[in-house]
Amino acid sequence: MTRNTLLHPTRRNLLLTSGAGLLAAALPGHVGAQAAPIKIGFQLHRTGIGASYGRWYERTAQAAIKLINDGGGIGGRPVEILFEDDATDPKRGSEVVDKLTQSDGCDVVMGTLFSHVVIGSAPRAGELKVPYLVCSEGYHVASGMLNRWTLQPGITDVRSQIASMAPWVSANLGKKVTMIFPDFAFGHDHRDFFTAAMAAQGGEVIAQIAIPPTETSFTRYFPQIPAETEVLYHVMVGPAVLTFVKELGEFYGSGAKPPFFGFIDSLEAVDTATPGLEFLEGSYFWEGHNRVKPADAGEHEAAYRAAVGVDDNGASVSDTADVATYSHMFSTWETLFAIKAGMEASGYTGPTDRQKFVEAMEAMADLPYGIERPQGAKVFNGKTHQVFGTQNISQVQGGKLIRVHQTSMADGAYKDAVDYTTMSF
Amino acid sequence: MKVWALHLALIAALFTAQFVLSPYHTTNLARIMVLAIFAMGYNLAFGYTGLLSLGHALLLGAGMYAAGLSAQLWGLAAGPALLVGTLAGGTMAAAVGLLALRTAGVSFMIVTLMFAQAGYLTILYFAPTTGGDEGFTVAAAGRTFAGFDLATDTPRFLSALALFAVGLLVSLALVRSPFGRTLVAMRENEERSRMLGYNPFAVKLAALTISGLYAGAAGAAYALLFGYVGASFATIQYSILPMLYVLLGGAGTTLGPFLGAALMFALIEVASGLTTAYLFFVGLALVALVLFAPKGILGTIRERWVKWLP
Repeated sequence: MTRNTLLHPTRRNLLLTSGAGLLAAALPGHVGAQAAPIKIGFQLHRTGIGASYGRWYERTAQAAIKLINDGGGIGGRPVEILFEDDATDPKRGSEVVDKLTQSDGCDVVMGTLFSHVVIGSAPRAGELKVPYLVCSEGYHVASGMLNRWTLQPGITDVRSQIASMAPWVSANLGKKVTMIFPDFAFGHDHRDFFTAAMAAQGGEVIAQIAIPPTETSFTRYFPQIPAETEVLYHVMVGPAVLTFVKELGEFYGSGAKPPFFGFIDSLEAVDTATPGLEFLEGSYFWEGHNRVKPADAGEHEAAYRAAVGVDDNGASVSDTADVATYSHMFSTWETLFAIKAGMEASGYTGPTDRQKFVEAMEAMADLPYGIERPQGAKVFNGKTHQVFGTQNISQVQGGKLIRVHQTSMADGAYKDAVDYTTMSF
Repeated sequence: MKVWALHLALIAALFTAQFVLSPYHTTNLARIMVLAIFAMGYNLAFGYTGLLSLGHALLLGAGMYAAGLSAQLWGLAAGPALLVGTLAGGTMAAAVGLLALRTAGVSFMIVTLMFAQAGYLTILYFAPTTGGDEGFTVAAAGRTFAGFDLATDTPRFLSALALFAVGLLVSLALVRSPFGRTLVAMRENEERSRMLGYNPFAVKLAALTISGLYAGAAGAAYALLFGYVGASFATIQYSILPMLYVLLGGAGTTLGPFLGAALMFALIEVASGLTTAYLFFVGLALVALVLFAPKGILGTIRERWVKWLP
């Protein structure tokens, strides 16, 4: 004989039934509020030579995603970000674009800093017809080397950055410049663009000293610096940069020396007050975004720093020895907000709308200052797929980088080299 | 007969895989096959002849740049560009071999490493042509073969498979030929081979040149199938990788390079999905390999169970 559980419920049945009832009552509301998330893939330099950038790019991107989701997501849909290590290697980078797109089902993919990874990955993004939004600052996007699916909406390219330095350098530091640069593509960009920009300002690059990429000691190159040098422009990068600065200091000693101008790429994630770098006191650096919060910083600067977890000196709030790659990492934040704007403008619903998304991005122009763009207002050039913004020049004062000048966007303007909108998808 | 059947079965299985696997895994399999071609060449030099080279990245890079630049500068289509790349790898290997084979053992490793480093720096030095450290993308016109667009999944996979199949069968024929036995003789006892009338220098140079043809073909295939040519492929990392593939799969086994490349690829793929410290597990796997299967997977299988494995 079976017992009628409806008339004689057990304690277990009662709990099960009431639990199921509660769940059923709660479920419709929950389902209604949660649309499928938009997935953004992030090709991250977690290992390899770009790892110090990768660490901070991840933190910045996470903070931006949190803010976007707290504000209702993209088009009312929550946003999910998936990071995948590209080992700062172009072969792996291309595989990561594939994985994020085809295996993880990401709607768009973001690429990070190192140019060779971006150039190696862009063909695969083009084949997969997935929007590939890069933060590499390389000129390869605006030069026309890549394809219609690759855009750089979050950071000014290096050609514009370099060109915008020339007016201030020639007006304030001197007109006869000696350049010391690594003898590979990054250094060659500086050599070519800055030389041309100085000539346009009536200045002159009187010596170009290329340092082989495997060099570990630099003293023997310094005697090549002409005595009439009025400005020394240096853009060394990589593990040997601290040796470079130290040996340059030893070379000049306490004697007369020309003012130094460099790009902070040399010292991203490095504390300028590090023992051995005292020689940098008084020298000037390009900064995309000022590491040390300027006294006249915009109203959104504090909120951005708080969200990412960076103090007013550009170090982690939880570890002051952990200095941020502050000059570049805003690009991931601003790219994510550009993605949000592009998706909302195109009415993006899924991968079938990827082309509409790219077209909406190409239609963007003025990007005003706001929490979406804490580095500053920008203008996006839809034809070249490149964004342009203001740049900063800082001086090391008391071991800290203090802003002394901000460029205008016109300082870094150059003629378009490509019109991606005429290319097919 | 069963040896040939085994190899043909692998080729048939790989052909069938494209109908079973997702597009993502099919593309990855194409990548693995290209890497396996590189490793097969390395295996002929190292696994069979005993030439432990640390300079194979130079040969891979020679093939890659020769194919990519000839497509870019002269407008060659993929077929001729592949041929140019393959020959470039072989020619470079012969040139390096003429000098490096005057040494042996650790000295050979160091000399080949230095040649590779010189090659890498040469690529950087001629940046206006080579793109320097950034490299360059191969235009669509250079990625067509007999009217097929190699940037699309099926032509890319079939091209990689065809190249892999040719490489595998040639490798098998080679190691089973009298010449192949001479290679092994060089590895096992060079002096005794010399006393038997062989010219070790000539045999090793031939082995290295053939190895270079494989590396050149792999480099050219990567450029044409995946559309990128870059200096990073000429760095030391790409001299180490084929060695790891061969050691993992089994040095001196014809199928070992493919198995090693596939397992290493899969290990990175799976481990990177589980943890950010995936390289730790890759290292752990290699340590385990050295401790428990120093002859590699197929080398161990051959030693213990399947004696007829080539």
